[in-house]
Amino acid sequence: MSLSRPITLQEKTRKFLRLTQVRVFSQVVFFGLFLFSVWATWTSRLEGYPVSRLLEMDPLVAVSTALSTGYIYRYLGWALGIIVLTFLFGRVFCNWICPFGTLHQFVNYLFNIQPNSKRIEQNRYHPAQYFKYAILVVFLIMAALGALQIGLLDPIVMMYRGFATFVSSAWNMLISAITPLFVRVGIEASWSDTLKFSPGAAHRIFVGSFWIGLWFLLFVALNLWKPRFFCRFVCPLGAFLGVLSRYSLFRINRDVTKCTDCNLCLTRCEGAADPQSMVRKSECFSCMNCIDDCPEDALQFTMIGLDRKQVVEAPDISRRRLVFAGITGLLAFPLLRNNGTATDENFSPHMIRPPGSVAEPEFLKKCIKCDQCINVCPTNVLQPATLKEGGFETLWTPVMNFNIGHCQLNCTLCSEVCPTGAIRKITVAEKLGKGEYTHKGPIVLGTAFINTTRCLPWANQIPCVVCEEVCPVSPKAIQTIDEEVKDVFGKMVVLNKPFIVPDLCIGCGICQHECPVQDDPAVYVTAIGESRSRSRRLLLHFRSSTSK
Amino acid sequence: MGSKKYPHADYQKEPISRREFIKQGVAVAAMSAAAGYLMLAPENYPLSLRDVTGLRSQPKEKPFQLPDFRVPKEAGVFDIGIGRNGSVGVKLRKALDAIGGITRYIKPGDVVLIKPNVAFDRPPMLGATTNPEIIEELIRLLLVEGRAREVRVADNPIESPVDCFAKSGIRLATERAGGKVYLPDSNAFEILYTPGATLIEQWPFFKRPFQNVNKVIGVAPVKDHNLCYASMGIKNWYGLLGGRRNQFHQNIHEIVSDLSIMIKPTLTILDGTRILMKNGPTGGDPSDVKPADVIMAGVDPVAMDAWAFENLLERKEKLPEYLYKAEQKGSGKIDFRGRIKEVV
Repeated sequence: MSLSRPITLQEKTRKFLRLTQVRVFSQVVFFGLFLFSVWATWTSRLEGYPVSRLLEMDPLVAVSTALSTGYIYRYLGWALGIIVLTFLFGRVFCNWICPFGTLHQFVNYLFNIQPNSKRIEQNRYHPAQYFKYAILVVFLIMAALGALQIGLLDPIVMMYRGFATFVSSAWNMLISAITPLFVRVGIEASWSDTLKFSPGAAHRIFVGSFWIGLWFLLFVALNLWKPRFFCRFVCPLGAFLGVLSRYSLFRINRDVTKCTDCNLCLTRCEGAADPQSMVRKSECFSCMNCIDDCPEDALQFTMIGLDRKQVVEAPDISRRRLVFAGITGLLAFPLLRNNGTATDENFSPHMIRPPGSVAEPEFLKKCIKCDQCINVCPTNVLQPATLKEGGFETLWTPVMNFNIGHCQLNCTLCSEVCPTGAIRKITVAEKLGKGEYTHKGPIVLGTAFINTTRCLPWANQIPCVVCEEVCPVSPKAIQTIDEEVKDVFGKMVVLNKPFIVPDLCIGCGICQHECPVQDDPAVYVTAIGESRSRSRRLLLHFRSSTSK
Repeated sequence: MGSKKYPHADYQKEPISRREFIKQGVAVAAMSAAAGYLMLAPENYPLSLRDVTGLRSQPKEKPFQLPDFRVPKEAGVFDIGIGRNGSVGVKLRKALDAIGGITRYIKPGDVVLIKPNVAFDRPPMLGATTNPEIIEELIRLLLVEGRAREVRVADNPIESPVDCFAKSGIRLATERAGGKVYLPDSNAFEILYTPGATLIEQWPFFKRPFQNVNKVIGVAPVKDHNLCYASMGIKNWYGLLGGRRNQFHQNIHEIVSDLSIMIKPTLTILDGTRILMKNGPTGGDPSDVKPADVIMAGVDPVAMDAWAFENLLERKEKLPEYLYKAEQKGSGKIDFRGRIKEVV
């Protein structure tokens, strides 16, 4: 740069207000909003914050649930904002908003230190970047057939699920591990009260958290092999926005008369979008780094005076590969469904869904496995499903594990935060079958049963009935047969032997959670009798008018 | 060339000086000696890390004991006061005035812990939890008339603590009156040693809110209870325990009588504004609740529970067994005749 030339006003302002700085600001704001929404997804902090909004404005969620159900649930129309933004500026979402993208970029920034020559090679377009479009096609076809699986790889879902069941519980655990050390040296523990700091309660546990965490960390770690591996090769949302962005008004434009082919624009190219030759609109994240890095001022983000020759508009996926992906999607659907767990033919007794859930086939059209319900649940009863409950299709969807918690009577938080209506928004009155819902009766999650071979009064002549005590419905769904017997040591004891009144039981599971025979409880809830599905009910009719 | 030319050109010989050799030698010897001492010195030597039996490395629980929170008796003061008629605040004041007034029990600068029953995630109208109005009036009374330095409210509910405190109205009442709510978390419990207790001599106890506390007041609703007939003032202390409480039902009367000696509160207050007559201790339907107009305050929880069982729950059968056991353990006297002052 020669000093003899006078510095133009444009150059002066560019130093202070570059687009990349605005971009970083936007990323910080959205990442902050994401962290806040994870923190606020908790019973004492919710206060009407739209904690699922990032999920609700995810266009892939809107489009795929529209394909599977035919409708746009509640706030999913917010996706229009991102779609319009993409039509204007291309995949700006990926590098200005997406918290997972920000995380990847930050990890690269901190840990992927390379000389410029190496970085230029790392950031060249790779033909395998077509792969994400194939993933998108597979997911959309499965969605259209009724199996919504985008949540396995959707970046917003990955973030919410990873933070809810892995990062935040890791944080909880670390805080409560450190606190006693402070107490030992005489510092009052209240400042490090887990309830205050962590995004959740003390000691929440999550079944299968290891695999969710590993899946999350895997894609973070792959940045060290290829920068932004997830965003470039895998992300189905990025692929969807890539398809839209071929129509975007703005894009990076290279002035071939100024360009000296130095390739420096590749040094920090986030999307590997070939700004040094024909820019690939569908790969470009609009991160604006290339504009900063160009020593010749040859690059611009603009809609005026675009060079029509220096651009690749459409995603780079051949027709044969599209067809192959389509066939894969068609076959993936029966591959998931053949075990019959989603229908009523072979449902698992452990597949107990949260209150407000729609019938299982509908549920699988809507649940994106974001685990927001699991994060908000105050008793920790909601857990990510493992392969045990419903096979691969229901992996990481919410199920109730009554050994860990119970469904609290006056709580409908999971239905409040669900972005897609897999758990439909319900009120406490609807859940309990009060007021205008009296004729419908309460929502029933399952039915409790007594295992008389493990129940202390039934099997061991020892008084107990914690289950009867905690049963929350009135009249109680656990009643007792009272007997006075002489026990094996010759002492007279009164045994209250519990039995279940299925007409009254709502399957809340507090009996199972409080049962002292803790590992394999003597009173346990299974899915039969759940009110969301006619064919999963148990009783022909209810024997009492006060029951459901 | 080659073989003869040794050492190699890149090889640099660096001789060690005598001084350097001695310094290194001493340092290595000192570190080995220190490590050897830590590893091999007998267990009773200072700083020894040795653990011959494997018992030394086992976690040690150091149980703590609770002080007696009662104030000395005074001649002519009734043990139990009953307030009837008027607002909750008026009834509470009547009951307290009947036993000498709040200032007899609370001195300026006291740190007071209130233990309500917030066991379930239920609205107050269902009678499963303490009436929040009593908590609010009591905290005001403690701070204004008793000139207490701090009032804390703590319980370890059966359901989610945050929700139980919110929906029972206790959190709002506490904060409005200027008290502080303590919620349980995994680090808040320590082992309590209760001499004389049969079954819970050592049991995890919700200790954090007890830091620097010198007065304790239990405020309990009066509830039906299938297994132990009734849950009142003594059973309320169940809520300060942690651990596997669901084993207690195997010998509930012994446990409740143990609770009566576990803590010796300054005062017990019984909330007779909504009596849970049946389907206890959870209730769940407004028809299970009988509205009443009584607040009791007193220093003999055994007598108070006995009176409430007969007069508030209107039970004519034998008193719960745990009251006799509590009397045997010296927590109070069942016979309440002549020890109650009623203010209408």
